[in-house]
Amino acid sequence: MTASTANRAPEDSGPKPRTSRIPTNLSIGKVLLEGRAFLALIVIIVVFSSLSGNYFTVDNIISMASHVAIYALLAMGMLLVILNGGIDLSVGSTLAISGMVAGFLMKGVNLPLSDHTAFPAVWVVVVICCAVGGFVGLVNGILVGRLKVAPFVATLGTLYVVRGLAELMTNGQPYNNLAGDPKLGNTGFNWLGFNKLLGIPVGVIVMVVVAIIIAVTLNRAVFGRWLYASGGNERAAELSGVPVRKVKVRVYVASGVCAAIAGLILSSELTAASPVNGQSYELTAIAAVVIGGAALTGGRGNVRGTLLGAFVIGFLSDGLTIVGVSSYWQTVFTGAVIILAVLLNAVQYKGTRRRKTGSSAPGADGATADAAGPRATKNSDVPQSAPDIGKTAS
Amino acid sequence: MSLETAEALAPAARDDVVVRARDVVKTYGGTRALKGVNFDIHRGTVTTLFGENGAGKSTLMKILSGVEQPTSGSIELYGEQVTFASTVDARDRGISIIHQELSLAPNLSVRDNIFMGREIHNATGIDFAEETRQTRALMAELEEQIDPATLVAELRLGQQQIVEIARALSVNARILIMDEPTSALSATEVEVLFKVIHDLTSRGVSIVYISHHLEEALQITDYAVVLRDGAMTASAEVEDIDLEWIVRNMVGENFDLGSPPSDYTFGDVALSIQDVSVADPDNADRFLVDHLSLDVRAGEIVCIYGLMGAGRTELLEAVAGRVPLSGGRVLLKDKDVAKLTIAGRIAAGMGLVPEDRQRDGLVQTMTVGRNMSLASLGSFVKTLLMSPAMERKLVDGAIRDVHVKTSGGGAMIGSLSGGNQQKVVIGKMLSTDPQVILLDEPSRGIDVGAKAEVFGLLAARAREGLGVLYSTSEVGECLSIAHRVVVMRRGRISAEFGSNVAKEQIMAASGESLVS
Repeated sequence: MTASTANRAPEDSGPKPRTSRIPTNLSIGKVLLEGRAFLALIVIIVVFSSLSGNYFTVDNIISMASHVAIYALLAMGMLLVILNGGIDLSVGSTLAISGMVAGFLMKGVNLPLSDHTAFPAVWVVVVICCAVGGFVGLVNGILVGRLKVAPFVATLGTLYVVRGLAELMTNGQPYNNLAGDPKLGNTGFNWLGFNKLLGIPVGVIVMVVVAIIIAVTLNRAVFGRWLYASGGNERAAELSGVPVRKVKVRVYVASGVCAAIAGLILSSELTAASPVNGQSYELTAIAAVVIGGAALTGGRGNVRGTLLGAFVIGFLSDGLTIVGVSSYWQTVFTGAVIILAVLLNAVQYKGTRRRKTGSSAPGADGATADAAGPRATKNSDVPQSAPDIGKTAS
Repeated sequence: MSLETAEALAPAARDDVVVRARDVVKTYGGTRALKGVNFDIHRGTVTTLFGENGAGKSTLMKILSGVEQPTSGSIELYGEQVTFASTVDARDRGISIIHQELSLAPNLSVRDNIFMGREIHNATGIDFAEETRQTRALMAELEEQIDPATLVAELRLGQQQIVEIARALSVNARILIMDEPTSALSATEVEVLFKVIHDLTSRGVSIVYISHHLEEALQITDYAVVLRDGAMTASAEVEDIDLEWIVRNMVGENFDLGSPPSDYTFGDVALSIQDVSVADPDNADRFLVDHLSLDVRAGEIVCIYGLMGAGRTELLEAVAGRVPLSGGRVLLKDKDVAKLTIAGRIAAGMGLVPEDRQRDGLVQTMTVGRNMSLASLGSFVKTLLMSPAMERKLVDGAIRDVHVKTSGGGAMIGSLSGGNQQKVVIGKMLSTDPQVILLDEPSRGIDVGAKAEVFGLLAARAREGLGVLYSTSEVGECLSIAHRVVVMRRGRISAEFGSNVAKEQIMAASGESLVS
């Protein structure tokens, strides 16, 4: 069934080096925890399939996956920031300005000091847009990492600034018809949003590639370890030689680049770029990360969960549209799912902690795990687990 | 300890006993933090609990103040069997505790802090006038000129301590537990506090006092109770005892924390701290570390002893690169590392095992293995990516080397006992193959057996040429593996001894008796 490969591809794509190192009793807890988001996805698919014959068709799955790709790209960048214990509210605006810059470049740039108009090739446009996204991220990173502005406030500021700049570019007007012109040699922009390779939309493929890169970085690159460590306990990471400020700056840059890529794909799908694109997408991205089991306090979370979270949100809202639920109700449902996911997170965490004496759960768990986290155990000749592990440990 | 011996040790029973704790046991998981403690508090007296870190003092106080419930045993309050469901419950029955870390809200006024959670209401809301009046009365009682409207943040630490006491008194505390109340106070503030304590006891309030400043505590106390490893080892009236008695009972005579490794010669100077200063961030004119110089040779073990606030932690953090130097040089094998980052200093061969394991040493969200390998990630990178096989080899080797008892590198760090967690932090630094290792209170919060193991580990590494510089606030630990004992006092070295020094000499040099 092509449908199932389409939605399973991203989770299989993550590397699994960790499983070899973790004793079997831990993987049960892990499966349970990640199963939470997966289960929700299954329920969504089953419910909407029974409500509408059009839901679980190849065409619809592909179309939904394209929508998911935008959220997922934002969410994966957001995941990096959240793993660091921060938050990036500016991704929706970055998405918009990336599209606007693409539109501006596709329409031709009047070169100063001459009458010529330059029409950059599409790959140049892509590179420049990513650079713009990276620059917004760099500003965030410097504000947070060097100038010690609280992430929420710093990125709230850039959210406004960048959105305003995007609107200023055209006084709020969109750039329409970005197809390019064969005569000018700048066609191909719509390839990102419209074309398919082996029946899979390019946007989805981009999402998978980005997911693989981020997953490998998190699991196998030194940077990934730095990120988990500094998100889990910045002071300890610093004393272990982790360049915590550099890590901080880089995650915001990565988030900006991810948002720029999402902006390119979105404006390509629409063959138009509007400065109002992506409004409130930062919240969707945060929701996807949270549903995926990451802790907003940092140090916990992974690409697989985040992708599942994005699929849950995307499949739910498209499903509601298909069965004809009003968009106002969609908003209500999405919020309910977020709350439910986090509540389940807590329930499941408690369950595993009792059975597995806490040794399995914290690895992948959400915010609730932190109640029992670092500061809960001041008096440290006391093992932090129930007797059975305590015996082997002391 | 059996009940009979405990009774025999206890001072002659009087009828003025307000609290009688019998056979109190507290277990956390598999660890017994208290192993059947008997403990009396007499009316209008000061009872001091002596004991090293991890001896169970804090646990006992938590039980008396309702923070924790005992696993077994009984507590009698005025002859009546009680159980405290919460701190509020204990407070309502007249037992208040002043914690080591002040629990005031610095952004609120003195008045608001004193009445926090039990505001006085009138028809229109909070009766600020009445609260202010009562606050003034309390301050007058404590002979402090503190305006009730002052923000707590603007008070000196000693004054904040007074506010804490005022808060406890405002709920009519009959028993007041003070956990290390003088650790942050200046000598004059300590005098004020002692005067307040005298006033309180003369009014019939009983004080339970915990302090590391032994001589200071001896001045104020009426009864001394010594805990060691969760059991009460001795108790006596203050007339019958002296400092030596306390130290002997605290440390125990028969437990050996090791001796300095010998039969080898030290190498060259591995770490040379030259004229190092660290300015007080709150007061630029004051130095936390005051132009201090110290050499550690390869294979040598040097112990820094000092009271809280002597500047030990600041010195080690400055050498490791955590806090910037205000002056001086740090040479590692003749290379000046003072300009390097922490990572640079680790690469150059020097790492710090921090004092607060939970806050600075471990990443609780990661496994034992990932904590262990965190400082040496570069050593198992193959073509950009980390090699899981090489990492596993490093982790397994380190777990063996430092004798961590764990089910494996994949176990969560939180599943280990304190001692094993500490070994992970030490193992993490030893994995970087250092020339010099700095350890700030390496034995904090771990039991005696683990202490001996940790010291044994360091002694073995020193024999292989590692320079070891560790700090401690427990005299017994100076006299274990250290070849040299350096005493710090107010940011400077006040004395330096060989390994054959007596405990009393070290204590005298540290300024243990602040008030004399």
